[in-house]
Amino acid sequence: MALLLIVFPLLAAVAAYLVPSPLHRARLLPLAGSLHLVILLVALRHWGTLPVNAWLGLDALGAWVLLVISVLFCICAFYAPAYLALRPDRDSRIFCLSLLSFLGLASLLAQARHPGVAWVAMETTTLVTAPLIYFNRNRRSLEATWKYLLIGSVGIALALLGTLFLAYAAHFGGLEEPLNFNRLMQHANLLSRPWLRAAFVLCLVGYGTKMGLAPLHTWKPDAYGETPGLVGALLAGGVTSCAFLALLRIYGVVVAAGEAKFAQELLIGFGILSMVWAMVFMVRQLDFKRMLAYSSVEHMGILVFGIGIGGLAAKFALFHLAANALVKSVLFLSAGNIHRSYSSKMLPHVTGAIRRTPVSGWLFLLGFLAITGLPPFAPFISEFNIAAGALTTGHGLAGAAFLLLLAGIFIAMSETVLQVVFGTPSHQRVRTHYSDTPATTAPLIVALGLAAILGLWLPKPLHVLLDHAALTIDGRMPVRTAPPSPPVALAEVPHE
Amino acid sequence: MSPDFLIALIILSNFTLVATSRVNKAIQIAAVQGVLLGLIPLAMGLGRHAHILVMVVAAIAVKGWFIPFMLRRALHQVHINREVDPYIGYTFSLMLCALGTGLSLVLGHMLPLKVGTKVLLLVPASLATLFTGFLVLVSRRKALTQVVGYLILENGIYLFGLLLIEEMPMLVETGILLDLFVGVFVMGIVINHIRTAFDSTDTRHLAELKD
Repeated sequence: MALLLIVFPLLAAVAAYLVPSPLHRARLLPLAGSLHLVILLVALRHWGTLPVNAWLGLDALGAWVLLVISVLFCICAFYAPAYLALRPDRDSRIFCLSLLSFLGLASLLAQARHPGVAWVAMETTTLVTAPLIYFNRNRRSLEATWKYLLIGSVGIALALLGTLFLAYAAHFGGLEEPLNFNRLMQHANLLSRPWLRAAFVLCLVGYGTKMGLAPLHTWKPDAYGETPGLVGALLAGGVTSCAFLALLRIYGVVVAAGEAKFAQELLIGFGILSMVWAMVFMVRQLDFKRMLAYSSVEHMGILVFGIGIGGLAAKFALFHLAANALVKSVLFLSAGNIHRSYSSKMLPHVTGAIRRTPVSGWLFLLGFLAITGLPPFAPFISEFNIAAGALTTGHGLAGAAFLLLLAGIFIAMSETVLQVVFGTPSHQRVRTHYSDTPATTAPLIVALGLAAILGLWLPKPLHVLLDHAALTIDGRMPVRTAPPSPPVALAEVPHE
Repeated sequence: MSPDFLIALIILSNFTLVATSRVNKAIQIAAVQGVLLGLIPLAMGLGRHAHILVMVVAAIAVKGWFIPFMLRRALHQVHINREVDPYIGYTFSLMLCALGTGLSLVLGHMLPLKVGTKVLLLVPASLATLFTGFLVLVSRRKALTQVVGYLILENGIYLFGLLLIEEMPMLVETGILLDLFVGVFVMGIVINHIRTAFDSTDTRHLAELKD
């Protein structure tokens, strides 16, 4: 099952490359995406029975992240055929190949039980997503691709050094291969502390670059601004989630070694810095796709902030991963529709979207309200609980800063969003043939619906999965050989 | 040849690299450094392991010949020779490089080495080379020089990997070779696109996107 999840999308990628007809190739995407989701749902039944020494396999944390990525991929894949039909001038061969390869490699990353394998998966994910950014084949997208590759490669190289440092920390303490995560967590007390700390810092910087934490996010506005909305959604919800998972794996080892405090301070710092940075650049942002990129920087900050607070906040940071991915897909895809309709993504040219493309306009507006924490959408639940977690565990100052920044970002974003959606039409605007069709809006409505449902009700099996995933990052449950027990465990976690 | 001597030469080549303005020479230095790196495992007396010999041959072939060859070919096509006004000047780069090397020695001192490690300079040299690569990467304008910087950065990681190569060959070898080969391969493709789109590989053209 583990292998099938990886191999199937890769085979589909090859098939997509070989299919001669662009129409059939585009239809392959939703087909492969939904089959991957089905395989994953079947595989999820066994997430608790992972052998200790396995090289590949789903644990609770990996399963949760992969589930998010798979659902996000499905949303994007169902949107893709309609989008590609609007761009008949572009060759979709490499595009489909890259999209499906990404799904396969994300499955590899989610199931990797060895830091080396996780790193290889992250590296290849970077490489297969680079052609996606170059989809438009113009100078601007070339610049974005070059920055993405260069900055991403440096980040990933630092993460490799961090992984080697981790291996040396184990070697120093007499722990030899196979260094899978289970063994590292079980014998975490053997690891050499200075090396482990250095390893964490390098991995935080390295994988943080891939996540787009400030100040390492400089590739992000360019890349998200120049790609199709479809790719932006997948990068903002998928690739960043992969990097976050890779970081969490190392974090779990650090926590198991009793170095949680050191790591948490760094995470809170990076989290707050990312939110501040995002807010500053969102003020009077004229390019609404770049604004979404800064919003992504903000939400990566929220994720690491939640992990840094720990306990309840860490659990809801994982929940926020899903909330962010769903709502970001709505935002990026509707922004893509609006961009297509106006043939511009800059403010004076794009105003009054609610009249020209009513469905996309409404979705963009609702997506904005959802991502900034309007109930009943899922981000409200996670942001509320992360703040509550911070305020009740003695991080009063950080919690207050977090709430203030959320409010500030709401105000900063609202100016741009309201003008795009409601603004009075300007004379400069261009009209293209694009108008909303069910094929370009239905996947978005589904995504927004899912975000609303998650905000109101989390199904029981998902709740169990989330609870166990939260325990894994707290370094508490390195090994699970028995089937999942009822989620009483979370009640035992003492809040510091 | 003792490994310490090779490491000293590598650090020397770092300084030569940051001080050079000619792209051709920068590629040459990267090639020399690749060969020096490849020889270190032999100097450490690890030549008895077959897999390490493979690694040595692969490193020398890829870092010392293949990548420089590709870079030189790209250079030949774009008819550039000199790095024109870098973001950080050569003298200042040299000073920064010296500072980075000094800091690496301090940092390397703070990280304990396992008892019985013979080559004590590996960690500071690795950090110094990493820093040099990073410096070249951020301070130069030409895409080709930036790739050279990335190569040097990779060399730094390779140096550290040598500490672990006997115990964990799989992790180190796959990691380093994959990173290097695939990274440079893809960058090569992008450079090719930049060349056709802009008719040069000066990344100053790549400055349209900003806030």
